[in-house]
Amino acid sequence: MEKNYYVCTGCGLLCDDIEVESEKNIINKVYTACRVGVAHMKNAKGETNFLVDNKPVDEATAVREAASILKNAKNPLIFGLGTSTDETQKLAIELAKKTNATLDDTSSFCLGPLVEALLQDKLKTCTLEDVRNKADVIIFWGADPSDSHPRHLSKHSYFPRGSEKQKGWEEERTAIAIDVRKSHTAKICGNYFFQIPPGGDTEFIDALIAALSGKLPKTSYKYPPKKILELANILKGAKFGVIFAGLGLIYSLEDLEPVFRLMKVLNEKANFHLVPMVGHYNMRGFNENLFAETGYVNRVKFEDGIVKHGPEYSVVESLKAKTVDAALIIGSDPLSSLPRSVSKNLLEIPVISIDPCETLTSKHAKIYINTAVSGVEAGGSATRMDGTKVSFKPVVETVHPSDEAILKKIMEAV
Amino acid sequence: MTNAMELYQMLPKTNCKKCGKTSCMAFAVSLMSRELTPEDCPPLKEESKYRESYEKICELFKPSEGATETGLIVHEDLCFGCGNCVVACPPNVANDPYGVGSGKAPTNVNRLVLTVEDGVVKAQNLGECRRFGKNKILCYGCIVTCPVEAIEFV
Repeated sequence: MEKNYYVCTGCGLLCDDIEVESEKNIINKVYTACRVGVAHMKNAKGETNFLVDNKPVDEATAVREAASILKNAKNPLIFGLGTSTDETQKLAIELAKKTNATLDDTSSFCLGPLVEALLQDKLKTCTLEDVRNKADVIIFWGADPSDSHPRHLSKHSYFPRGSEKQKGWEEERTAIAIDVRKSHTAKICGNYFFQIPPGGDTEFIDALIAALSGKLPKTSYKYPPKKILELANILKGAKFGVIFAGLGLIYSLEDLEPVFRLMKVLNEKANFHLVPMVGHYNMRGFNENLFAETGYVNRVKFEDGIVKHGPEYSVVESLKAKTVDAALIIGSDPLSSLPRSVSKNLLEIPVISIDPCETLTSKHAKIYINTAVSGVEAGGSATRMDGTKVSFKPVVETVHPSDEAILKKIMEAV
Repeated sequence: MTNAMELYQMLPKTNCKKCGKTSCMAFAVSLMSRELTPEDCPPLKEESKYRESYEKICELFKPSEGATETGLIVHEDLCFGCGNCVVACPPNVANDPYGVGSGKAPTNVNRLVLTVEDGVVKAQNLGECRRFGKNKILCYGCIVTCPVEAIEFV
């Protein structure tokens, strides 16, 4: 019997083997998904909401108001889109062009630089299927997939048997965690957990490169050289190594130069790949769509057909400098996630919030449009953390419009 | 957990055979393997002079109440459904190599020991567990792979 599998859009892993039992458009049971995915899929909602100044209105009024805000703004900010489908993201890029907007997503203070380097072919990467089938040395650097992507280790990176890894994790795979604390992932890695002080990643990379080249590894925080040499020996013997780089690594580095150096040395001695630990289910999709359109992954400003790019167009900098005079926020909650000193400037400009959930941002928004949860109530396609395209269909039907439909209507009204 | 000798010390040691076993030592061994429960020893349960020992023995076996036949307990409040145990469990891999053994959705639920349901792991078909039956061995597959110690054997 052919089973009906759904895709879970709870995190960047986009698990495509989820079975769901539903009745009358309410999800009763979810099989195989982790707790994050179950909570995401069972996120049932009531009536649709279109709010203007926190008063309920009909859809046409909300769309008209939103369009007039964007039309009257000189430099609107369009932000979010990490939890929107590819189709929605492409529409948002078009809308940004039409309204001369500043366009950015969460990757500008997240894994953006890493995805950019991968898209420009500066680093060697592979798919998660390759990891399952071939990987023998797996490094989780500044990442804790056990908590952020619960099925990462069981579905792809450590425990499953793959076509070239038939004997299982105990014999054929080595998982290594490099982190500032003993995370749940580090616990599974056991003896191969390397605890470094916060901000010590650059020095650790330098020490590791020294050890790989047969020199004595030295760090200012006196990390036992013997342990680094032991790590270097494991890495040298890797036939198919993967580094899963998380935010812990990216936040600790000034720029990506040490990562490039490490990957170069590792690929001289062995065979290593790098995969970013993308959190939002389609953040990488946004980066790829914008890259295809403009050549940049984030932080752009459209002005009469010209694309400008630079750090001043990031969500943080443009809010700090108060260069934007309206904001369209899609599936994101900057009032909660950004520092108050930056996000408080959002309160001074008209905000349109398009989100399946009620958030702090939506409560303070001038216009709030409650949309369908993509992947559960609306279909589309997205890009997994490794760059694989995944398309999905809705699990249940809903009265909520998708963010794609709303953007289309705003686009027509602008 | 205790051992059979410690249990024996707390029993009446009269070898009355009312439990159906030949001696109190045999009863202690049966207690250990969970073949019998402390209630199966009538003198221990009924006579007041053994009350203290009876309560002590019951106390010892309390954590294993609600456990499955193999003594497996899933702490549902700790488990977050990562599925590490499902994929690492040797009988699971043997019975469904291209499903859960390869990290994917189960294709043969009827022969799997562990599956994830609503984000929490569920134990079933314990006849397949390596800790069950005549040729049982002390398998730790599901315990060592759990990041939050949500699985325990008692």
